[in-house]
Amino acid sequence: MSEALVAVEAAGADITAPAASGARQFWRRLRAQRAALVAAAVVALLVLVALAAPLLTALEGQDPTTYHPGLVDSARGGVPIGSLGGISAEHWLGVEPQTGRDLFARLVEGARVSLGVAFAATLIQVLIGVTIGVAAAMGSRWLDQVLSRVTDIIVALPLMIMALALLAVVPASFPRPVLVALVIGLIAWGNVAKIVRAQTLTLKGLDHVAAARLSGWGAVRVARRELLPGLAAPVITYAALLVPTNISAEAALSFLGVGVKPPTPSWGQMITAADVWYQAAPQYLLFPAGALFTTVLALTVLGDGVRTALDPRAASRLRVGTGRARKEDAA
Amino acid sequence: MNGFGGFLLRRAAGTLITLLAVSVLVYVVFYATPGNVAQITCGPRCSPEQVHQVAAQLRLDDPLYLRYFHFLQGLFVGQDYSTGTSVEHCAAPCLGLSYQSDQQVLTLLLAKLPVSLSLVAGAMVLWLVIGVGTGVLSAWRRGRLSERVLTVLTLAGWATPVFVLGLVLMIVVCGELQLLPFPQYVRFGDDPEQWAWNLLLPWLSLALIEAAAFARLTRSAMLETLAEDHIRTFRAYGVGERAIVGRHALRGALAPVIALNANNVGSAIGGAVLTETLFGLPGIGQELVHAVKVVDLPVVVGMVLVVAFFVVIANAVADVLYALADRRVVLA
Repeated sequence: MSEALVAVEAAGADITAPAASGARQFWRRLRAQRAALVAAAVVALLVLVALAAPLLTALEGQDPTTYHPGLVDSARGGVPIGSLGGISAEHWLGVEPQTGRDLFARLVEGARVSLGVAFAATLIQVLIGVTIGVAAAMGSRWLDQVLSRVTDIIVALPLMIMALALLAVVPASFPRPVLVALVIGLIAWGNVAKIVRAQTLTLKGLDHVAAARLSGWGAVRVARRELLPGLAAPVITYAALLVPTNISAEAALSFLGVGVKPPTPSWGQMITAADVWYQAAPQYLLFPAGALFTTVLALTVLGDGVRTALDPRAASRLRVGTGRARKEDAA
Repeated sequence: MNGFGGFLLRRAAGTLITLLAVSVLVYVVFYATPGNVAQITCGPRCSPEQVHQVAAQLRLDDPLYLRYFHFLQGLFVGQDYSTGTSVEHCAAPCLGLSYQSDQQVLTLLLAKLPVSLSLVAGAMVLWLVIGVGTGVLSAWRRGRLSERVLTVLTLAGWATPVFVLGLVLMIVVCGELQLLPFPQYVRFGDDPEQWAWNLLLPWLSLALIEAAAFARLTRSAMLETLAEDHIRTFRAYGVGERAIVGRHALRGALAPVIALNANNVGSAIGGAVLTETLFGLPGIGQELVHAVKVVDLPVVVGMVLVVAFFVVIANAVADVLYALADRRVVLA
């Protein structure tokens, strides 16, 4: 959940560690972790559901926005008719109280929104962070001063508060999911820039980078050919842990009613709406909350696994739910 | 000591510059965004003349830099505001007047602050105790079943959004089991016992989520220290395992925990906003959410600046504590 922990852990990591050698070794190390494998399978399934959301709702024969007033009992305040919140062959997970909208359709469309926003925001964070970080490390002293100061300011801005406030002032006509991704991406790139700058400074001192610069290559070419491969490991590690953070952020903003707005479904928004219905229709709360929990958990475990695979030394330090203690530790 | 004094000065100067830059950025971002503030403030039924009048009253026609200058002026020496019929003086540090209620933003904030402070301070004590405690316990019991259970619990806490945990706690404890009434804020001055009972669930919700990060960090930092040579020397001298874990390894976790608690201030305040909204506690978080919904810009900007102020100060304090814990930092 908290980006702060990821940042503190990254700051403590030994960035002079050699980058993991090759994709094959990465896969071998990732495969060796059972928890990470299970998490990867869950994430793959979620991504698949998100991508195929329109297909799945079509298969069910429903859509996320149609009201079904006949399926809720208006005499009892709009409680779904039938057992378990109106679960039936037509409505696989029942219907929403009051509106009667199909819950399964809203849940899978919600997955699409949730993952889409989180991945897009992560992409923005990585793009800005890498650009600023590399520029600061490779540029003049003056440029470094300016960019580092800007980064410090960005890090000082609390994501939730800033996003909450920013989302309020942008006109409602702007497509909300895009806006949420943009806002999260534009506010929370500071730690990526910090990590990239530190790593680039280390790489700069290495012989092959110095040789490339001395041979008269342009800055962009040096950055692309000699620096980016060395930056891949820390950036991928950090990005993998940013995705679940961004999922939580989107859900929280939608929960507060400023993120993704109806009729577009979102898990956070569903949880807010379900608040008052928990006795009459508990599944309305359980499904989105469970989906959110599973997604963040799977992405976090996968992120830990990616870190372990890319930096085995960090793995022996951190080992979060992915393995046993080393023999020499167990006194 | 000269080196340390210089370090403090440099750090203080850097903090000031950061705070000023944050204020410029926040001000410009919020007041330069599209959207007709005067129209929104006045309401949908206002005539163009009325909207124009509101714009003049709020100085919305002035160029942005001039408005920022006025804002700074208010912050440092105070400012007079015309509210249409009368002139109100807003003493320094003045964060402006609310568009909605004509109240001073600072007054609004200060009125709500005790609730938020009660929530965050109580939760912080809990999350440090629970988080560090869990971390120590799982480093001590490493390799055993209890460690695995703790690790799974930590991961579950890490993956649960605070508003889901809070909601579930409220439903189970207040709704189903009826062990506690639904939380309602009671002022500490009025009844300390009721204050604590009513804040118990909000504290727990916020603390359990935040504790997960501290448990993770404490455990990893302690395991790192346990692998170091001096610990092996202690073992060779026959120092007991309890003393090694409880005293020497814990010391290694101290600096990262300080750093996390400072870096975490922003995210903890974010969590507090969610907790306040969920439990209906009338703190600054709830006020912010309300201000955001009615686009009360001075309140929004004031809140963001105050929170950013806390974050920047917390980071500066953590840097100093860090330097005290490890003097090598001063040289960097």
